[in-house]
Amino acid sequence: MKKILTCAVLVLAMAASAFGAGFKIGGTGPLTGGAAIYGTAAMRGAQIAVDEINASGGEIQFELRYEDDTHDAEKAVNAYNALKDWGMQVSLGSVTSKPAEATAAENFSDRIFALTPSASSAAVTEGKDNVFQMCFVDPNQGTASAQYIASKNLAKKVAIIWKNDDVYSKGIRDTFVEKAPEVGLEVVSETTFADGNDTDFSVQLTEAKEKGAELVFLPMYYQPASLILAQAQAMGYAPKWFGVDGMDGILTMEGFDKALAEGVMLLTPFNADAKDEKTQKFVAEYQKRFGEIPNQFAADGYDCVYAYCQALAQAKATPDMDAEALCPKMIEQFTTMTFNGVTGENVKWAANGEVTKDPKGMVIKDGAYVGLD
Amino acid sequence: MMTMKRLINLKRAEARRIYLTYAVVIIAYVVCQIMSSTKFFSSSMRGMLVPICAYMVMAVSLNLVVGILGELSLGHAGFMSVGAFAGVTSAILMQGTITNAPVRLALAMIIAAIFAAIAGFLIGIPVLRLKGDYLAIVTLAFGEIIKSILNNFYLGVDSQGLHFSMLSDTTRLLKGGRLIIRGPMGISGIQKIATFPAGFVLLMIALMIVFNLVNSRSGRAFMAIRDDRIAAESIGLDITKYKMMAFVMSAAIAGAAGALFAMNYSTIVANKFDFNTSILILVFVVLGGQGNMLGGIIAAAVLTILPEKLRQFSEYRMLLYAVVLIVMMLATNNAEIRAFLSGLNPFRRKEEAE
Repeated sequence: MKKILTCAVLVLAMAASAFGAGFKIGGTGPLTGGAAIYGTAAMRGAQIAVDEINASGGEIQFELRYEDDTHDAEKAVNAYNALKDWGMQVSLGSVTSKPAEATAAENFSDRIFALTPSASSAAVTEGKDNVFQMCFVDPNQGTASAQYIASKNLAKKVAIIWKNDDVYSKGIRDTFVEKAPEVGLEVVSETTFADGNDTDFSVQLTEAKEKGAELVFLPMYYQPASLILAQAQAMGYAPKWFGVDGMDGILTMEGFDKALAEGVMLLTPFNADAKDEKTQKFVAEYQKRFGEIPNQFAADGYDCVYAYCQALAQAKATPDMDAEALCPKMIEQFTTMTFNGVTGENVKWAANGEVTKDPKGMVIKDGAYVGLD
Repeated sequence: MMTMKRLINLKRAEARRIYLTYAVVIIAYVVCQIMSSTKFFSSSMRGMLVPICAYMVMAVSLNLVVGILGELSLGHAGFMSVGAFAGVTSAILMQGTITNAPVRLALAMIIAAIFAAIAGFLIGIPVLRLKGDYLAIVTLAFGEIIKSILNNFYLGVDSQGLHFSMLSDTTRLLKGGRLIIRGPMGISGIQKIATFPAGFVLLMIALMIVFNLVNSRSGRAFMAIRDDRIAAESIGLDITKYKMMAFVMSAAIAGAAGALFAMNYSTIVANKFDFNTSILILVFVVLGGQGNMLGGIIAAAVLTILPEKLRQFSEYRMLLYAVVLIVMMLATNNAEIRAFLSGLNPFRRKEEAE
């Protein structure tokens, strides 16, 4: 009897999901572990967008599911397969770069369209016609940072501290160093660290100080950056600090003294202080739900869902289409449409999946991100 | 003739255990093949088949060092990564000349095993002069050193041949060249040629090598060294030679497993093979029982599938995983439960009757 009952419930549940009005949208990201801030933020941003779209009662409805990949390629493929079993129709790829490279290959061979919120390595989209990015590719961030520093006349002598076992850090550093001489920046010191020796930065900071760097460029995630800031203050070194989007999130880090980040500049496509209605609505909702200011990853997640909403509506897609049928429609839409979101106006995608939008300079003032311009 | 003699000399119980291991592996393979050809297997399970095979081979490989030789190695993932990088690199280089994917995979795994064996030999020279805790700590250090070297290693190929550099990319490849290993970015764009049947064959080969080695003269020497080093030395066994033999063999098997693992994903980085991975493999061995190949194989499968099956508990997943692990460790060490389990084993019962 019990068995029959369970079967009945199962059948009902399956029927409900089959006739459920929503597109199944799934993504993987680090929800636990060292990179959890990014995965959680992207998931929360996407969730807010899904709830807003569903509440507005339009034709396009979504069901969202995020799976934990602990920032590991192997786990990401497992998570992706779990989503595939769930019946994912369009994918949000993975949040971080290396896992995204692995899942993007699966997306490509399974013909499930993917739009990753924040996986910024160029290899994610390379050679895959159905994988798109919502964020800048790493190389662009390095070039854009060098240009920005030069055009705003922030410094002439620059020191770089980068993480030499990290894809993200290396990608940005390489293009920054390439671009720097072109725009008249002099890289006076270049020092590295790696997993395992990322707690003491006195050597790197002393070298930057001795070589007279006016600005220290930190292409890295916020965790080591927070230690660098603390140790620089302890040794009385106060250059200008310039980070990239990985620095975003430093203010919400547990146990971090916000005063240390005062005056830190970073280049990110999202500015939580922007005065436009869309951003303010998103920031207010995020604060209400989670009690903190959303970072760029949350905004990327939010924009991804809205971009999907727009593309699916324009393609006149219906939830009963399977992933393979949706894939060519999405490719067609994303390569032709223009999207306005919280991470940029007039966002466009190239056929190779890379996005074009303007980066915004931000500075941390009184413990909050403020637009630099 | 030799093998016949060896088989006869083998204790019956031991022979049964070996055949049981082969039988379980073959049956499990056939069942999985049938299941995955039907719609019965989820893509989640299907996706895990190859990594499970790789982890099983790793468990067999480490069991040779930990269970048979009795030395604790905490850097086994290092050999896996040497194999992964060597295997993938050779597979990429062979892409143009050998178009048959299974042949390329087999060659890549052989090359991976050779490179890992060389690494095992070089590391074995200093490491095997130590014993006990000291040996464990030094293997841990070498595991980290391998990771660090691979993170700073750049290898490219162009019409002029192979070029490599350390620390930063100074290979200056000619036009049309390809940078294969890109330091911290590892290798991208790997052709996924690893298959479940290949994993099965590798596991069977690893088992055959290990069982034959263990039941040979050398194998008895390993165990003599494990049980009483001084006694073994006193009867004239060359301790360093036998330790080196086990260590290099284990490294070679780990290398082949690494190549299989890496070619199941489109990308691989050295950081994947860190201390945590070494410990994970050690957990397979300890949970399965030191020296017990079948136990290690089963533990590898269970501990790879378990975290995936716990996905429904979202945030509590890893917490539950830890709890289950502790319960399993306690249960497998409990005398009553062990007695109950061995009662279920038809082979064991006969053995006791004898």
